[in-house]
Amino acid sequence: MEFTARGLWTLIHGMGFGALYLLAGSGAIVELARRCRGNAEPVIPRSDDLFLAAYLVTMAALAWATVLTGTYILYPWYRAVAPAGTSNLAGFPQLLLKSNPATFAWHSIGMEWKEHVAWLTPIATTMAAAVQIRYGRGLKNHPQLARAVLCFVFVALFSAGVAGFFGAMLDKHAPVEGGSTIQLLQGESR
Amino acid sequence: MSALNSQTNRSNADLPNGPGAAAILSAAIGCLAVAVLAILADQSPHLKSLLIFYKPTGPLSGVTTVAILVWLANWAVLESRWRKRSVALGRISAVALALLGLSLALTFPPIADLF
Repeated sequence: MEFTARGLWTLIHGMGFGALYLLAGSGAIVELARRCRGNAEPVIPRSDDLFLAAYLVTMAALAWATVLTGTYILYPWYRAVAPAGTSNLAGFPQLLLKSNPATFAWHSIGMEWKEHVAWLTPIATTMAAAVQIRYGRGLKNHPQLARAVLCFVFVALFSAGVAGFFGAMLDKHAPVEGGSTIQLLQGESR
Repeated sequence: MSALNSQTNRSNADLPNGPGAAAILSAAIGCLAVAVLAILADQSPHLKSLLIFYKPTGPLSGVTTVAILVWLANWAVLESRWRKRSVALGRISAVALALLGLSLALTFPPIADLF
C-alpha cells in the first residue's frame, strides 16, 4: 500500500482541507440562519456567538489552505509541459485530458471553471468571519446584513462544491501523480 | 470583567450597518475581479504575460493575487468611509449579491468564452 508525494498532496488538498470545509458548511448555514430572524429568535448565548466566530475563522483558514495548495502546489504539476517526443502522458494530466476528445471537456470546462470559481470561497468566507467577529451579538440586530452574509456563505459552499466535484472527477480521469513514493503497508503476496 | 463584557456587547449592538455593508460589497467586488481578470487575461496575450507572477502556476497566480488586492483595497476604502455610518443596506446587499451572481456566472467557461 503506497502512494506518491504528489498523490499525498492531492489528498491533503481535497480530502483534507477541501472536504473539511464542505463538511463544516452546513453548520455555518444553520448558525447564520438563526441570526437572520432578528428579534423573533430567542436570545442567543454569547458563547454561541464566540463559537460561530471561531467556526467561521476555521472555515476561512480551510478555504485559504485549499485554494493555496491547489493553485501553488498541485496546479503546476497538473499543467506541466511534456518534453518533445513524450508518448506516455501519465505524468502530464492537462495534456492527457486534452489528448482525447472524450476527456477534453474535463479540462476545458472542469478545470477552467474550478481554478477560478474556487477563489470565491475564501473571499466570501473571510468576509463572513470578519462580519461575525465585528458584530458578534449585534448581528442579530441587523437581520438584513445576516441574510446577505448567509447568501455569501451559500455561494461559497456552492463554489467549493463545484471545485470539489471537478477536482474528484479530474483526479479520476487524469490523476496528479509522481514524485517520491511513500509506503504505508507492506502486503503479502499469495 | 463582566462590565467589560457588557460594554463590548453594547458597542456591538450599537454598531451601525456601514462596516458590514463595506465587507459584503468589497467581497463581491473581489469575487467579480477574479472572474473579470480571468476573462481579460484570456483575451489579451499581453495582460496574460503580465499576470504571470509565478511561472509554474501561470496567469492564475496574477489573476488571483490582483483580485485579492482589489478586494482588500476596496474593503479598506469602504470601511474608512462607512465605519461610523448607517447606509442603505438593502440596496448595497442587492448590488453585492448581483455582483456575486455575476462573478459566479462569469467564471463558468461557456459564458466566459462568449467575450
